[in-house]
Amino acid sequence: MTTKSFQEHFDNQIENEVSIEPRDWMPDDYRKTLIRQISQHAHSEIVGMLPEGNWITRAPSLRRKCVLLAKVQDEGGHGLYLYSAAETLGISRDEMIEQLHSGKAKYSSIFNYPTITWADMGAIGWLVDGAAIMNQVPLCRTSYGPYARAMVRVCKEESFHQRQGYEIMMTLANGTEVQKKMAQDALNRWWWPSIMMFGPSDADSPHTAQSMKWRIKRFSNDELRQKFIDVTVEQAKLIGLTVPDPNLKWNEETGHFDFGEINWDEFWNVVKGNGPCNKERLQARQKAWNEGAWVREAAIAHAQKSKLKAAKNNKQKSETA
Amino acid sequence: MATVQIDNTTFQLLHFTLQWADNALINGHRLSEWCGHGPVLEQDIALSNIALDHIGQARSLYQYAASICNNFDSEIRQQLFASTALNQKISKGELIDEDDLAYLRDAWDFRNTLLVEQPNSDWAFTVARSFYFDTFNFFWLSSLQSSSDSVIAAIAEKSLKEVNYHLRWSSEWIIRLGDGTMESHQRIQDALNDRWSFTGELFQPTEADIAMLSMGVGVDLSRIKQQWLDRIHAVLNEATLIMPTSVWMQEGGKQTRHSEHLGYLLAEMQFMQRAYPNMQW
Repeated sequence: MTTKSFQEHFDNQIENEVSIEPRDWMPDDYRKTLIRQISQHAHSEIVGMLPEGNWITRAPSLRRKCVLLAKVQDEGGHGLYLYSAAETLGISRDEMIEQLHSGKAKYSSIFNYPTITWADMGAIGWLVDGAAIMNQVPLCRTSYGPYARAMVRVCKEESFHQRQGYEIMMTLANGTEVQKKMAQDALNRWWWPSIMMFGPSDADSPHTAQSMKWRIKRFSNDELRQKFIDVTVEQAKLIGLTVPDPNLKWNEETGHFDFGEINWDEFWNVVKGNGPCNKERLQARQKAWNEGAWVREAAIAHAQKSKLKAAKNNKQKSETA
Repeated sequence: MATVQIDNTTFQLLHFTLQWADNALINGHRLSEWCGHGPVLEQDIALSNIALDHIGQARSLYQYAASICNNFDSEIRQQLFASTALNQKISKGELIDEDDLAYLRDAWDFRNTLLVEQPNSDWAFTVARSFYFDTFNFFWLSSLQSSSDSVIAAIAEKSLKEVNYHLRWSSEWIIRLGDGTMESHQRIQDALNDRWSFTGELFQPTEADIAMLSMGVGVDLSRIKQQWLDRIHAVLNEATLIMPTSVWMQEGGKQTRHSEHLGYLLAEMQFMQRAYPNMQW
């Protein structure tokens, strides 16, 4: 086959919704886009362990402690599936981690905001995981097979996390005055960063058009953002919390909520590294990695020794046999 | 007010259960500190899993301990702990629960061994602590499966399934580090030597241990000490590591005299319940 016929075959697969698998031919840019997106997603899971991990040792009850610990552990698991999915595209986990630590690879900016109170565990589950689900459910049908399959598992767990987060918020909203205040304060701080999670407006999103053509992406940033806002505003009302946007208004004509101007200046600054916790998050990852170097080396050295020993034993066995 | 005579057996059963529960909680809490900071993702996940098991065991045990507390007359209940917050609850006639025991007692009411409250320090120190404790826990639970107290026997049986895995995990890491690189060998040997002085206490019977053993509820610590030594020796041998030599053994945790570390651990763990008391979370 010529490159042209490879391309035609690929285009046909995309057109007919046949998933692309690791051994299939794919355009270089398709591969690069996927590596960028999947590794960014994996990094987000791993860096995302930090703001919530921050409250494991301070969770207010043993049940909450267990639920939170299990949740953060799930995020680690998601990171694993995603790194594995990206590895099928010809990049190693170590290379991806190196790109994260050098700043070349990004992760979701939401995790550069601090978790200040316990209510933030509720807000993250409800809003951040809620927004992630909006983004991720369509990815279960994304054109690259291993990514789509990883996302099916991730989405099941994320929707469980979202419910857990909402349940924390509900408990607080039904609690004492100070608990209500804590819940509202968390919503005030997490609302705007959460709706920024869908990324820049379609007009300013450089990758959207091509990704949609390749059916990596199925809905635009603005479509998903609108869907999230429509659902979440109702959920806030249900537990008596107020979404911190004075311009939020139901629009009979469009059948959607109109909302205020997003502070894109803040968004781009956090992406560039000026968020409240960018430095801490990256330093924490680098520290864990660097301090773990001798442990990983020891594991490799031991595995090699064991392999040699096994080979020697086998040889002896076959000689005596 | 005349001091009411406390039923000594039930009182010892409470202490016995708390000793075990506090070990599980404090060990689980320490391991949970690793979450998000492990040397490699798979191990981060494994440690969180193990931490969850310990905290889960602590919950079952605190629930049992709380039910023992709640069965005492209210005058006796107010003499059980030094905690003001806990006693206020009791004096209002409220029943106490697992969270009250975990979050409202100060260090001088905790009965865990000194070993489990020692800081994580680094991977080698964490593995050394886990190895010593998991090995103990394995024989402790194996023995408690035949406890004459059915609740204790049931919790032991359920926990032992988890602890089997913990022991395999920590033993494998001892071997991997001992028989890994020169650096890892030295680091794990140092950690084992350092934490050794906290292992003697595991086998020091308290009044509660003695009372429970005589009733067929508890464990013969002198018997499991030998099993523990044999197992530690076998694993260290395979790991090309040297058995630490006898030194002065630290003790006090089981008698509620702790190291400085426990106070900080509790200050962090109990922060929410202390800052925002009497609320549902």
